[in-house]
Amino acid sequence: MRIEYFQLIDRVVALDLPADTIRVEADVPQDSTIFEGHFPGHPLMPGVLLIEAMAQTSGWLVIGKTGFARMPFLAAVKEAKFRTFVPPGQRLDIEAVLEHEGSGFAVTKAKTRSDGKPICEATLTFRLTPFPNDHFREQMRATAERLGFPLPAIPGGTA
Amino acid sequence: MSSTFETVANIIAETCDIPRETITPDSHSINDLGIDSLDFLDIAFAIDKAFGIKIPLEQWTAEVNEGKASTDDYFVLKNLSARIDELVAAKSA
Repeated sequence: MRIEYFQLIDRVVALDLPADTIRVEADVPQDSTIFEGHFPGHPLMPGVLLIEAMAQTSGWLVIGKTGFARMPFLAAVKEAKFRTFVPPGQRLDIEAVLEHEGSGFAVTKAKTRSDGKPICEATLTFRLTPFPNDHFREQMRATAERLGFPLPAIPGGTA
Repeated sequence: MSSTFETVANIIAETCDIPRETITPDSHSINDLGIDSLDFLDIAFAIDKAFGIKIPLEQWTAEVNEGKASTDDYFVLKNLSARIDELVAAKSA
């Protein structure tokens, strides 16, 4: 996880497009400037970034479902719950399920656990648009490979 | 259409916190009820679920933007309900 670059997930562990599910891992770093302010002497992963991590997890699922044809942009966060604190150095297991793929939008439910213990959850809505430009799409494709996104699910990837 | 309208009106009332009695078949969801595009995603989600369809929002938006249709065609509730009935019928055909 590189918080400052908004790279909030580290690897795709499982992607099951027919089942509409994805599971990823994210390692909260020991050190980050974020922790200098949140909070001084009591470092905690900010809840908004836990939401973002679940949004990125959901986003990769949606991108996979659309065959890299659409980019999901976060539009709404509902029923967000934060059940426990996340200190530096913790590994997060994040799962997302596609609740609904509509015309130009998608709804997911995401959950985060650590050592099997529930951390947080939310229902997320995304607007789906064509990628703004080819460069962006290629960057997302490169990021997908870095995260271990299953290659057959990436256009141009090999089985 | 009437039962479809009732379902749609109830969805709108609940989703957007609009008094049910102010929602009529002639209400324009954007111009009269003030529903914005984000709220309409929630409505589309609920309608898709309730009727087992996928409202072609992107196609409708494109048609309006290209001048091939007016927003009345899709967003006046009696017309929206008729479109939903068409989608349900097409699905079960």
